[in-house]
Amino acid sequence: MSKITADDVRKVAQLARLSLPDDQIETFTGQLEKILTYVAHLEQVDTENVPPTTRAVEVVNVTREDEVTATPVREDLLDLAPQREGDFFRVPKILAD
Amino acid sequence: MDPYDLSFHRIMSKSVDRRSVMAASASSGQGTWEPVIGLETHVQLGTNSKIFTSASTTFGDDPNIHIDPVVCGLPGTLPVLNQKVLEYAVKAGMALNLQIAEHSKFDRKQYFYPDLPKNYQISQFDEPIAEEGWIDVEVAEKGKDTYTKRIGIERLHMEEDAGKLVHAGSDRLAGSTHSLVDYNRAGVALAEIVSKPDLRTGREAAEYASEIRRIMRYLGVSDGNMQEGSLRCDVNISVRQGPDEPFGTKVEIKNMNSFSAIQKACEYEIQRQIKAYETGEPVVQETRLWDEGKQITKSMRSKEGSSDYRYFPDPDLGPIEVNEERREGWRAELPELPGAKRHRYAEEFGLSVYDARVLTDERSMAEYFEAAVAAGAEAKGVANWIQGDIAAYVNANRLGYSELPLRPEQLAEMVKLIDGGKISGKIAKEILPELLEKGGSPKAIVDERGLGMISDPAAITTIVEELLAAHPDEVEAFRGGKTKLQGFFVGQLMKKTGGKADPKLANQILSQKLKG
Repeated sequence: MSKITADDVRKVAQLARLSLPDDQIETFTGQLEKILTYVAHLEQVDTENVPPTTRAVEVVNVTREDEVTATPVREDLLDLAPQREGDFFRVPKILAD
Repeated sequence: MDPYDLSFHRIMSKSVDRRSVMAASASSGQGTWEPVIGLETHVQLGTNSKIFTSASTTFGDDPNIHIDPVVCGLPGTLPVLNQKVLEYAVKAGMALNLQIAEHSKFDRKQYFYPDLPKNYQISQFDEPIAEEGWIDVEVAEKGKDTYTKRIGIERLHMEEDAGKLVHAGSDRLAGSTHSLVDYNRAGVALAEIVSKPDLRTGREAAEYASEIRRIMRYLGVSDGNMQEGSLRCDVNISVRQGPDEPFGTKVEIKNMNSFSAIQKACEYEIQRQIKAYETGEPVVQETRLWDEGKQITKSMRSKEGSSDYRYFPDPDLGPIEVNEERREGWRAELPELPGAKRHRYAEEFGLSVYDARVLTDERSMAEYFEAAVAAGAEAKGVANWIQGDIAAYVNANRLGYSELPLRPEQLAEMVKLIDGGKISGKIAKEILPELLEKGGSPKAIVDERGLGMISDPAAITTIVEELLAAHPDEVEAFRGGKTKLQGFFVGQLMKKTGGKADPKLANQILSQKLKG
């Protein structure tokens, strides 16, 4: 069983764009460890001859016709954004990382 | 680095031209640099609606007109695959000789960038719709022999496009104060085609991209418009010191919007990397942008290798299964592809490599040509007329071959009139503008206006005799040795007959009568 480190938590937080103060890092390290330990119970099940699945419902080839339906929600969607400018979504200065 | 190579290249690198020759001739001896190039091509599939929702894909409309809750990834929305996208992707895959996967799925690729509304892109990771194929690319360059090269294709997968950013306060990202986002393009279906690193020159890269575009247009799955971004190529490029050496550090180049830009960007980048190695500068793994104005590649100065996309199967989308029946049904709908046409035109019609290449560039032109040949005209003649006056007219008037008033059967009729000695090429050229504009039967026009060739020896003899009688001085001069005057008489004869005299026969009779 792998052990979650503070660095793992920092990395996950960074990938999810979450800003975690140092005192919370410790809290979440413990919590994540507990969650993974809990999920690890699944490892007790014998899956030797069970093919991997990615979803609970077994459906294949769910498709739709290539038809255009306009959804008149442009204004609503633009208004939902933190900032809009005219007909655009406005976002802060993009940093190159 | 081998010191031998360093000094060798210093000698050879006096001029850029000579160096690019060296770089391209990879197999010629030890010590040359071999470029290794691979392309990732994004092809927008020409469906009416987006890949996972019924919003329109129309280009060039007002910003954010074609968005809906699925495009924006609002909670509770459910993407559903457009079946046309699957059909187009499978057809494209088959045309590139790829193996179509019986089982395929969609994955989420997670990253944050403002042009990506959901903060993940729905793509295909480890089970793409198609893998392992190739295309034969004909590489033609001015002053060099044309050759055909087989380029491997790693895979083709389906994914969604991102939106477009407008950077405010500056024309570039650097220096901008904020950005504006238009999600009209977000969710438009893409096929990403990844080549193997089989390309060795900028020209090969450009020809490969051009053949991909041609195939997609033949299939009708994309318009391949590079200016509008329906076809975009990213180039991966490195150099190494020989075919058996390990690959050098790979650099990615983006932002080329023409085939010539792809070629030039590769050529520039090959020289930049060689020079860096020779002068001991590091070549770093990075993404560079092609600057069309300055004709150079520029570093984007972003950190590479730090991306962690955390792909996982998209739980909103069920897997895709393409059984044999479906696959073969689609295969049966594939048209004859440009490579096969080029080959057939040379074999069946005896056309030159050049003619075959020009005629098959656009499917509509090829089909026009074939229809005229099927109507009984000789292929070479048809090819010449299409590549000459007809192509010029079509281009000047921005017409498609299907809407050209002169139908292929009518062109065939004209070519047959010429080949059968009924009209001269000169007359054909005279009536062609009218035919191109209005269509109609060339034979009817010729008959109606009496434009048929005069091939009756007696009629021509009469005209020749009249001519000689009208120009006694010239006749005397001719007989005195000024044989060049034959041209003068030919001109007079053609003028008198409105260009209708059979040129061969007229010359024969004229020679005979002039001698006296």
